[in-house]
Amino acid sequence: MSVLIFIDQADGQIKKAAHEVICYGARIAEMLGTTAEGIVLGTVTDDLAALGKYGVKKIHHVKSEQLNQFDAQVFANVLAQAVAAASAEVVVFSNNVDGKAIAPRLSARLKAGLVAGAIALPDLTTGFIVKKNVFSGKAFANVSLNTTIKIISLNGNSYPVTETSGSSEVVSLNVTVAGAKVKVTSVNKVTGEVPLSEAELVVSGGRGLKGPENWGILEDLAKALGAATACSRPVADAHWRPHHEHVGQTGFAIAPNLYVALGISGAIQHLAGVNRSKVIVVINKDAEAPFFKAADYGIVGDVFEIVPKITAAVKKLKGI
Amino acid sequence: MKILVCISKTPDTTAKIAFTDNNTKFSEQGVQWIINPYDEWYALVRAIELKEKDPSVLVHLITVGGADAEPVIRKALALGGDEAIRVNGGGHDSFYIATQIAEVAKQGAYDLVFAGKETIDYNGASIGGMVAELLDFPFVPLAIKFELNGSGAVITREIEGGEEVCEVALPVVVSCQKGMAEQRIPNMKGIMGARTKPLKVVEAVPVDALTAVVSFELPPAKAGVKMIAADNPEELVRLLHDEAKVI
Ligand SMILES: Cc1cc2nc3c(=O)[nH]c(=O)nc-3n(C[C@H](O)[C@H](O)[C@H](O)COP(=O)(O)OP(=O)(O)OC[C@H]3O[C@@H](n4cnc5c(N)ncnc54)[C@H](O)[C@@H]3O)c2cc1C
Repeated sequence: MSVLIFIDQADGQIKKAAHEVICYGARIAEMLGTTAEGIVLGTVTDDLAALGKYGVKKIHHVKSEQLNQFDAQVFANVLAQAVAAASAEVVVFSNNVDGKAIAPRLSARLKAGLVAGAIALPDLTTGFIVKKNVFSGKAFANVSLNTTIKIISLNGNSYPVTETSGSSEVVSLNVTVAGAKVKVTSVNKVTGEVPLSEAELVVSGGRGLKGPENWGILEDLAKALGAATACSRPVADAHWRPHHEHVGQTGFAIAPNLYVALGISGAIQHLAGVNRSKVIVVINKDAEAPFFKAADYGIVGDVFEIVPKITAAVKKLKGI
Repeated sequence: MKILVCISKTPDTTAKIAFTDNNTKFSEQGVQWIINPYDEWYALVRAIELKEKDPSVLVHLITVGGADAEPVIRKALALGGDEAIRVNGGGHDSFYIATQIAEVAKQGAYDLVFAGKETIDYNGASIGGMVAELLDFPFVPLAIKFELNGSGAVITREIEGGEEVCEVALPVVVSCQKGMAEQRIPNMKGIMGARTKPLKVVEAVPVDALTAVVSFELPPAKAGVKMIAADNPEELVRLLHDEAKVI
């Protein structure tokens, strides 16, 4: 028996989200008195043994180059074989783009119950119950998994990443890899920016910024903080900012440590995407803006005056 | 070309979220029901656009639910689509629902199955992938662009920090999100026409749910906001550093 953790990589590098799921999966293994094993698909340049410091004891590596391109069908098939090889009873994914593609397939394939969007460790006192986000962050559901194999995909920034010493055994796993039906023809990544999904700090702008030409003040603050940038829906709809920055109920749901909202009113649909942020700062010239009710820190005032001063103070703090 | 579009009924985005029966049931009191925005704005509208380009394309809508789902599926038909199928079943287990959809998709020999990327109530984001697995079709999740290309499709999907373009032969299951299409408002003609479009009801196939919701919880209330004077924004930076310890 084991807990099998899907360790996600992109371009040969282990994704940051994988560290969190390794810690999470390792803790579940401990709770169940079993071992935490990992599975890595495709060619990697990172040192896999070093991932042992997050608690994984054994990593199965399928080195096939065919797996350097993502195809959910092929990946789910390989994972099903890995589940058998590791006699896994619990399989853990990040609830990210790849996890959302593979976990449901694996669930249907193995008839294994899936909790997608888990935010806490399972409760084992009466069965196997996992808490997940529902109603777009407005509530939680406790979901019971009654199948022999259980699959959990963990929302980002839900479980603390802790490092200890230790290295993992790495074994290569030989499985059949089917030919991909989905052929990737081009990849277009924004380089040099923190991707929103992995960002710990996010600075976000709304209609209060008046127009795309004014985003400089927001970007300066984001740069000083090392933060990613986001926006409200009308801002993305008006093409002031790219769609991938749109957060909220119908955009991305994020849970950074810090979310700074500049000129955003805080409509319920916007809050749904950001209310899992640990700390929320709201700057809005309207003291009645609903966002203040969901905020930890607030300033009533004009973003054009206040934001450059904050940026200067951040730079001073960081000595940059 | 036959397209099956998955339609789910969800509470309106402004609905008050509350629970009854000892926090085991979502309180439907006063709730307005809408088509799940991802199903409507992106999956359904894109399917309608494909039909507008090529009238031989058939667009069928499917929902799994009780008779109370019918007003929502009629609303969807008002936007477009040739007919709708309601699988008479219930519950919120993704595997149960996906099995019903896969069954209909198999019977109807569809070339394309569109689903929203997730529902805004249970946020499972699982139906598309499960249906694909049950049909043994490829699955392209989180699509932001979709074009037919001969006997295949060219799809742009979201990846972390960017996009990826891929090609795939039909049949395929696609989960849809922002970018696929623009929201439409149904017109009078559509609304009138929807009343007479066929809405078939089929019985659910027996299948065991793999999961069960045992209870719901509301998030703890925020402690309250700490206001900082507009003439002292440096204080915010100090608090974020010393008190909240996030920077
Ligand atoms: C079904 C549905 C789904 C939706 N999904 C989403 C979603 O996913 N994400 C989302 O964001 N929205 C969503 N919306 C839209 C949402 O209801 C709001 O309309 C939207 O969030 C408002 O964006 P905003 O805060 O940028 O703009 P506004 O509401 O116009 O707010 C602008 C704010 O800026 C402030 N302001 C103006 N000038 C200044 C200044 N100089 N300095 C400081 N403050 C200033 C104003 O006081 C105001 O509070 C959805 C709506 C519906 C119906």
